Amino acid sequence: MTNVVHNQVMWNRLIAVVEEQALALIRTAFSTSVREAGDLSAGVFDPDGRMIAQAVTGTPGHVNTMAAAVRHFIADIGPERIYPGDVYITNDPWKGTGHLHDITVCTPVFRNDRLIGFFASTAHVVDVGGRGYGPDAKEVYEEGINIPIMKWVDRGRLNQDLINILKVNVRESDQVVGDIHGLAASNETGRRRLLQMLDEFGLDGLETLAAFVFDRTASATLQAIADVPNGVYVNEMVVDGYGEPVTLAVAITVNDDGMHADFTGTSPVCPFGINVPLGYAHAYFTYGVLVALAPELPNNFASLDVFSVSAPDGVILNAKHPDPVSVRHVLGHFVTDLCLGALAGALSDRVPAEGAGALWNFQASARSSNPSDPRPPVEILMFNSGGTGARPRLDGLTSTAFPSGVRTMSAEATEQVGPIVIWRKEIRPDSGGVGEHRGGLGQVIEIGPTEGYQFDFSAMFDRIDHPARGRFGGGDGASGSVYLDDGTRFAGKGRQVVPEGRRLIMELPGGGGFGDPDNRDAASIANDREQGYVTR
Amino acid sequence: MVGIRIGADVGGTFTDVVLQRVDGTYASTKVLTTHDAPERAILDGVAQLASSEGVDLAADSVEQFIHGTTLATNALIERRGAKTALVTTEGFRDVIETRTESRFEQYDLNIVLPTPLIERKDRFTVAERRDARGDVLVEFDVDGAQRLIERLAAEGYESVAVGFIHSYVDGANERRFRDLLRERLPNVSVSISCEVSPQMREYERFNTVCANAYVQPLMASYLVRLRDQLHERGITCPLYLVHSGGGLISVESAAEFPVRLVESGPAGGAIFAADLAARYGRDRVLSFDMGGTTAKISLIDDYRPATAKSFEVDRTARFKKGSGMPISIPVIDMIEIGAGGGSIASVDSLDQIRIGPQSAGSEPGPAAYSLGGQDATVTDANLVLGRLHPDTFGATDIDLSPRLATDALTRSVGERLGLDADAAAVGVAEVVDENMANAARAHAVENGKDMAGYTMIAFGGGAPLHAARLMDKLGLDEMIVPPGAGVGSAIGFLVAPFSYEAVRSFYTSTTDFDVVGSNAVLDSLTEEAMAFVRQGTDSAVTVERQVSMRYAGQGWEIPVMLDAESAFDDFAAELLSSKFTKAYEGFFGRAIDDLAIETVSWSVRVSSIVATPERVELSSEPSSMMEATASRNAYDAVSGARAVTAVLGREDLLPGVAIAGPAIIAEQQTTTVIGSHHRCTMQPDGTLLVTRASDAQNGAPR
Repeated sequence: MTNVVHNQVMWNRLIAVVEEQALALIRTAFSTSVREAGDLSAGVFDPDGRMIAQAVTGTPGHVNTMAAAVRHFIADIGPERIYPGDVYITNDPWKGTGHLHDITVCTPVFRNDRLIGFFASTAHVVDVGGRGYGPDAKEVYEEGINIPIMKWVDRGRLNQDLINILKVNVRESDQVVGDIHGLAASNETGRRRLLQMLDEFGLDGLETLAAFVFDRTASATLQAIADVPNGVYVNEMVVDGYGEPVTLAVAITVNDDGMHADFTGTSPVCPFGINVPLGYAHAYFTYGVLVALAPELPNNFASLDVFSVSAPDGVILNAKHPDPVSVRHVLGHFVTDLCLGALAGALSDRVPAEGAGALWNFQASARSSNPSDPRPPVEILMFNSGGTGARPRLDGLTSTAFPSGVRTMSAEATEQVGPIVIWRKEIRPDSGGVGEHRGGLGQVIEIGPTEGYQFDFSAMFDRIDHPARGRFGGGDGASGSVYLDDGTRFAGKGRQVVPEGRRLIMELPGGGGFGDPDNRDAASIANDREQGYVTR
Repeated sequence: MVGIRIGADVGGTFTDVVLQRVDGTYASTKVLTTHDAPERAILDGVAQLASSEGVDLAADSVEQFIHGTTLATNALIERRGAKTALVTTEGFRDVIETRTESRFEQYDLNIVLPTPLIERKDRFTVAERRDARGDVLVEFDVDGAQRLIERLAAEGYESVAVGFIHSYVDGANERRFRDLLRERLPNVSVSISCEVSPQMREYERFNTVCANAYVQPLMASYLVRLRDQLHERGITCPLYLVHSGGGLISVESAAEFPVRLVESGPAGGAIFAADLAARYGRDRVLSFDMGGTTAKISLIDDYRPATAKSFEVDRTARFKKGSGMPISIPVIDMIEIGAGGGSIASVDSLDQIRIGPQSAGSEPGPAAYSLGGQDATVTDANLVLGRLHPDTFGATDIDLSPRLATDALTRSVGERLGLDADAAAVGVAEVVDENMANAARAHAVENGKDMAGYTMIAFGGGAPLHAARLMDKLGLDEMIVPPGAGVGSAIGFLVAPFSYEAVRSFYTSTTDFDVVGSNAVLDSLTEEAMAFVRQGTDSAVTVERQVSMRYAGQGWEIPVMLDAESAFDDFAAELLSSKFTKAYEGFFGRAIDDLAIETVSWSVRVSSIVATPERVELSSEPSSMMEATASRNAYDAVSGARAVTAVLGREDLLPGVAIAGPAIIAEQQTTTVIGSHHRCTMQPDGTLLVTRASDAQNGAPR
């Protein structure tokens, strides 16, 4: 067999190995966001911590945060303390994937007593203690327990001390510890499969294959970004933030060697947990450019190495310890639209209009209206999405997550979990920005507590004051709103109460339109009316 | 009395008809499917067999006629169903359009999500609402329902799907709506979700009831036509249909729940493989069925195909999960990928060879067919590699051209990669084999299985060409190519039991176990399944009861088998906990202490007992080795080079005799290829058993 084909077959096999690793994780996860939302990541790395392959299953937020994590593991554990039978762990937001809720587990792989690489996987766990998931902490200390890089298993011996610490510091500790075991088990699945693969192909290690993968990917990535002329591309976007609006600014420099995004001009960090570690902003910048320029390229060290970022200390996209970062995804998700917007002029046939961006996650704690009722509150989590921006040749997607990769949960399954009723979850007509191509529609959700109950919920909603902007003559998407059925307005961020007998109404934002609405074809206009997507 | 039995499988390209003679042996034929009136091809095939067998079907009393068809599937894919309305609970009009609110392909900005089967203008709501326990939150609005029915009448809908929130707990309101509709519009078809698929999760359930309603008028009229025309020809025996779960149901049930017929052809293939597994005493089998467009892989443990509670039809994007429409019905669990003989090879931006999912189909077909196809396909690669040959190719009406195949491979693959046609063909074959192996591995992982020790059974026109290589890639030790491999599904129909699996979601937890409720659910499911089976047979049946459970907080359930008949008592929670914990450990290696366990869905499968096939021992120790008289220069994947390869006809291999690889064994409907370290031993019953030659001497090398 020729080398070209042989290497391709092995590369595909390696991707299959990490897909298997990811599947094993999804099957065992307790975390709703892992199983319903694919909020996980899995990959294989060379001995220097360079990622060779990553499972396609997973979410962009982990793309290159986890890719960078393994080098931190090597440095902090110390190369001389890496042994067969070890497993490492961390949830440090600045060394892992951006907030404490993501636990990253890393396992070294040895072959004939030689370190040949690592497997790493990340999952969003149910709880990490502290105030619980939400933006209201003032410092990362309040957001939960921080596990510095350490050994979860040392030469086959489980770190029972850490388990004991977790047991008294996190809620639902059985599930959390179960998920850490699941992460370690998924790495082990990967490790075993990799060794089988090396046996089958008669290889001692991954060096040759990694070199082939990096070489192929680097040239394909550089070729793809050559579609953007060298230069500097800027964009600014204002979003709601927490309490006061946040300006996100970027200047992307494109040259022959890659792309660099600088976030100078972005608002300073804020006192709430919507701040973003730079690595997470990096991930959504990289994702945005790759999805526009080279959707076929797999993620690995070489495809990510071409993209770099910088930002002054203390801007909201470069939060530093101990800034609170719990819900870093809200602004992080806008980084993709921000960066795509900068490139829209150069890539006018590829870049969509702005979309709803951040998810409208609904996390409620429902309890009896009777304060003396001893039963603990029930936690309910839903992921909901507004509309995406219209594309250069297509309408936006209605109620669909972008850039996040999450799925929503069934209303029936959610009602089985706790005492709430979802009264409405329907398309929101007229919410897509007008244009030659219409923005995706948002949705309307009505939720109330059942009889005898009330709930409070942690709002993490954006695009209430700052709608998704249209592009090239397209109109803005409708902005979102949150209120009670008696008309009481709610804020877009923070903890708020829905009393018994009331319903919370959420109108999710729509995506921006693309191109002059006068150029919209008659059949699409007629269909919008016939289906009730547009009523006025 | 035992008479003739006939099985007919209507597929996308061919209609296979198999006649089982009184002595149990088979005769078969393949005719082109007649898409405008599929019954025509069936009747043609039946007439051909009657004439070649010299039997008068009217007089010789056909005992059973068993039918499976892709007609329902194709109607869904091609959107050729009835003008259908969906009626749902107020507030939930768009469930089938907003789907899971996700993109099945993360890296495609121009992604197009599947269009809902029923458009928004055809979806209507009624005021009514129950909560998760079935208690009424909003009374059913009778006046509103009647106004809506008038509107449905005025707009001329032919079929109506009804799906209300939480109707799997209590379907009374769906029934009320159906009764009102039937009273006013007796000629309109109506399907209700609490009957079609009473499972929790509204998106999947609504989609399933929509699919049922959408194809019902078409399927009902087709089935009546088929039955009438069989009657006209004197075939008055009962007509049974194969359902997606791999059992038989009456034609009346099929007409009422046609969505259960989706995937009945592939189900037949899995039953075929399961029957062979039992015959040869292989309790862990990987069924590998490869045709012109796709390959289907399923796992068969303990002689029974694995089943699932839902699947997707019409995956639009490279068979990617999430790109089709979900159907929640019991189904034989298989993975289907775009890897068939006609799958087209191309080179992507990373200079990697890609195969499918586009297929050249039968028109224009692979480049080698000389019918105008320009794209290189898997079949072209097999021809260039010497695995197929114009002289031994079964279909005599096709003129295989090695020159056209070579040109196509050079053009589509070779020029981009700097490879000659030979090397390009090697690449195409390797990549398609690797794709299938990876799909099989992922399928095994998803089902918590390890493939070591499995036996592969290969059938369908393409599978035996690739099976030996796939067996090596998966680390399997033996592979079987049965006789009749080309019409496996139709043969499978004839060994299928009467069976029905009834499924219903019912939530309870080990912390507060609802004994009475659980017993009631199991009883009603048993009654429902039994009623279906009793339409076909009075013979003895098995009853299998199963509950899907998970730790509270998890999203994926593990099936747990219950004891056959006994009702739950006060110890039910402990019993279920221990069964679940054991099953969980089996899947994931370790259980978790102290967590509540909840039940999600319950199912009861009733099946008639089918005679166990007589055990046949396979032997890989031949009485003698055969020396082939003919050979050609063909690519051997084991050594990675061309080699002198023995060529023979399947009929040349006598029972007990083996041929050493590399070898090519040709027959009418397929070709079996083995590599240089394989050996193929002909069994007394005509089956080919492929093993690694060195296994007998040195133990299995890896």
